[in-house]
Parts: sequence; structure tokens; C-alpha cells
Amino acid sequence: MAEAGPLKKLPLDALWRARAKKFGGFAGYDMPLEFEGLIAEHTWTRQHAGLFDVSHMGPSFLLQPQKQEQHLAGEDAHKRTASVIERIAPADIQGLKPGQVRYTMLLNSAGGVLDDFMVARPAAADSAGHLYIVVNAGCKEEDWALIEAALNGEAQLVRADENCLLALQGPAAVDALAASIPDGADTLRAMSFMTLERLTTKAFGTLIVTRSGYTGEDGYEILVSADAAVALAEALLAHPEVKPVGLGARDSLRLEAGLCLYGHDLDPATSPIEADLAWTIQKRRREAGDFPGAERILRELKEGPSRKRVGIRPKDRAPAREGVEILKDGKPVGIITSGGFSPILGAPISMGYIEAQFAEPGTQIDLLVRGQPRAGEIVALPFVPHTYVRKGKAS
Amino acid sequence: MTTRYTKDHEWVRLEGDVATVGITPYAAEQLGDVVYVELPAAGASFTQGADMAVVESAKAASDVYAPISGEIVSANEALSGAPDLVNQSADGEGWFVKLKAANTGELDALMDEAAYADYVKGL
Repeated sequence: MAEAGPLKKLPLDALWRARAKKFGGFAGYDMPLEFEGLIAEHTWTRQHAGLFDVSHMGPSFLLQPQKQEQHLAGEDAHKRTASVIERIAPADIQGLKPGQVRYTMLLNSAGGVLDDFMVARPAAADSAGHLYIVVNAGCKEEDWALIEAALNGEAQLVRADENCLLALQGPAAVDALAASIPDGADTLRAMSFMTLERLTTKAFGTLIVTRSGYTGEDGYEILVSADAAVALAEALLAHPEVKPVGLGARDSLRLEAGLCLYGHDLDPATSPIEADLAWTIQKRRREAGDFPGAERILRELKEGPSRKRVGIRPKDRAPAREGVEILKDGKPVGIITSGGFSPILGAPISMGYIEAQFAEPGTQIDLLVRGQPRAGEIVALPFVPHTYVRKGKAS
Repeated sequence: MTTRYTKDHEWVRLEGDVATVGITPYAAEQLGDVVYVELPAAGASFTQGADMAVVESAKAASDVYAPISGEIVSANEALSGAPDLVNQSADGEGWFVKLKAANTGELDALMDEAAYADYVKGL
């Protein structure tokens, strides 16, 4: 986890300082937690567009080896770099189409999750053998060490976390981003969810843009140099549909969208199958069984895991937060890993792990909040439907 | 009728021997959006400083302590349907409970408005 010592400042610290109501330490960075208020920011993001600073995360690139004579072209270059990540993650990285983004995770030898992350294959001709990887803030040093150890001379890792990473999320994100970057507008509008484009812009230099995010909404994540970041953030904030959003609402948005937060809903003891993330392990990798912890993961795929991540709705208004025990007929059968309040449903929501036999939506359970069992029900995830924009056949 | 304050940001206002208790606007601002308040039932007794209620914001749960000893006369029913009253009017409509004071002398040790204002300024 984050090292001790003074908190690191974001490149946009001054900009947020002037606007945020609350700041706080997170993963070693001094982050804006709240602007107008968590519920207002959350609701605004679902109805308009929220601007998040996620520069604490770990953007990075895998490039071809330093020595020119080791360089490969096109598909061969991609396959070689992809093989590095496939040593430590179970997704089909070789099978990424140019411009495609995938969600996957780093695994330990027991099939437990060390972190979840995004990996993308840039499409440009001069990006042969490149991958763009964004890992979580809390474990980026450990993750990059793990990737370094898997390189085997076949790629080089370049961290890019001196830049600014902005996320613009919500139904108005596309219009606001297109309006702020006129010379990239057509490209931005044409992008499908989970794709990447590199844009060369007059006002903000080179941008790495993915149509992706972690709120359940359509939106973008934009890697911009620290020098150009202020101008881009100010251009976005000047748009009437955009407001700044802090880490507080980022958490409630991802929970409503049924998305896992590493260190809470995912940890080294939990497998992707238990976490209901089997969809992140594509057919080619299942057949090859060539990733860490494959024995356990393939067994759980075949026989079903003994416990599963589920959505839970408490029946009264008391939130059931992380650490709350789940009871069935008075007996402990699971535990809450994320819980809070859904501004959209106007009710508490939770995620947790429960014995597989009780994981079916509609199952009635009790939640032990402050020593008192309170009624709850297993429900399907997400709590609020995703609104990702998918175009054509892109996946 | 004067209002007294605790270091834990509860306020208490005595009328006769019945005290109205709530959390301060400063505490409500620190908590952020209040989404749930768990209040004790009428008849429950608390000694000064004991856990008396729980206030949950969108991000966390916090304990509320009995600012003085006494027995609960009534709880603010309005908070069950509209917990955000705590944000809108922490020192008014967002009150938590009324309790019958066991020893009104306990109030003397609490801060008055000016002392509490100084205390908050120093945080």
C-alpha cells in the first residue's frame, strides 16, 4: 500500500484547492474528496457530466525493448508485448484488436487478485508492440515491480504517472469533451466504449484517450501532460454540463454500478470467479490454462466457487457497510465488502461475499449491523443500469 | 434558555428539566450528506458520554453521545423519513432526542456558545 510520509500533490492541486470543500489523503496523494456535496456530485454525474482527477492512479506504457535490432513489426510486436502481461494476468491480451481496451487483473499463484487494471492496445502504426496500462493508485509500485519481473527482455515498462489523468463521466461527457477539443471532436464522438485513441491537439498536445471509466456511465479517461492539464480541466469546467467530482462520489458511483474496489471487494485471497469476473477470462486463456492460479480458477469455473460476490439491498434505511456479517437463519454465511447509500435509489446498497447456495437474487438474508440483525435481500448487480456507448461490432 | 455544547459536537438545550439534543451545524458540515439516523426509544436511559445514537453520512457512520445523563422522552420521528434535516437545520428541525435530565448540574461543565465557537476555530 501507499508509503508513509508527506502526501503527494496532484498536478492540478491549486485548481482543486480553490474549489473543493474537503481534501484528504488517499493512496499517498492529497485528493479532493468533496466539492458541492457527495449526493449532489453523484447525481450530477449520472444526469450531466462529472470531472474526476484520478492522477493518483498508475498510467504506464509497455514499449518494445530498448535495442532497435530487437524490434518487431505489427502483429508480431503486439504478440510479444502481450505475452508479458499474459504471464501475470488471465485476459486474452494477444487477441486485443488495435484500439481495444480490456479490464483484467494481476493474479498470484493461488489465483487470488493482486490488483485489477485496464490494458489497451494503441492503434497507431508507430505504436506497434505498445500497451497502455492503468493500475490502481494503492498498489502501483507493487504492480509495476510485478510487471518488471515479467518482462523477460521482451518489453520495457515506462511509468507515466507524472502526467495528469482526468476522467469525464456521464451522459454529457461526449458533448463536453468534443466541445473542449474541437480538433479531436469527430474522433472522440466516433469512439466505442472500451477503445483508445491517441489525439494530437493544438491546445493540449498529445492526449491518450480511452472511452471508459468506473462509474457505469458513458465517459472518457484522458491522459494529459501536467503542463497542459490546467488548460484542459479549465476548458471542461467551463462547459455548463461539467462539474468537478471528488473521491467520495467516485466511490458511491462505482458501488451503484456494481464495480469492485480493490482492497475491499477484491484481495489476494479472492479469485476472479468468486468475484463474478469470469467474463474477464476469455476462451483462449481458459483453454490454455497458462496463467497464475489457473488450477483453482479453472476448477471454480467448472464446479462453481464456494462463495460469490453479490449485490444486497438492506430493507430499512440503515446502510450495511464493509465488515458487516451476513446471516441466514441466524448463522453467518458471508460478509459485506462495500456498503453505503445509493443517491439514485434513495436507499442503502451493499456488495459482499456469500456462500454460493445463498447467492441467488431474491434470497432473504439478515445483516448484522451494530449487533442487530436487519432484513436484507440478495439482488442482481448493477444496482443502476450501465449506459456504456457501444458502436458497431466493437467489443 | 441557553444552549450548551460538547467537544464531540452535540448541543443540548434545557427547558425545565427536559433537554433537547442534536449535533452542531459544524458536525453536520463535517459529516456531509446525512442518510440515516438511528435514535433510541423513549424510556431508554443514558449516562453522560454513553453511546446514544448513530448518524450515518453517505460515507461513514458516527456515534452520537449523551451530552448529559437522562431518560429519553421522545425521538425526532421526522428524521426517519428525512435524515437530511440534519444538514438543513442541525440546530433546529434536525434535533435528535428530548431527554429528561437526571442532573441539570452536568450542563455547567459543558461549553457555552462562545467557548464552543473558540473550540471549533482551533480544530
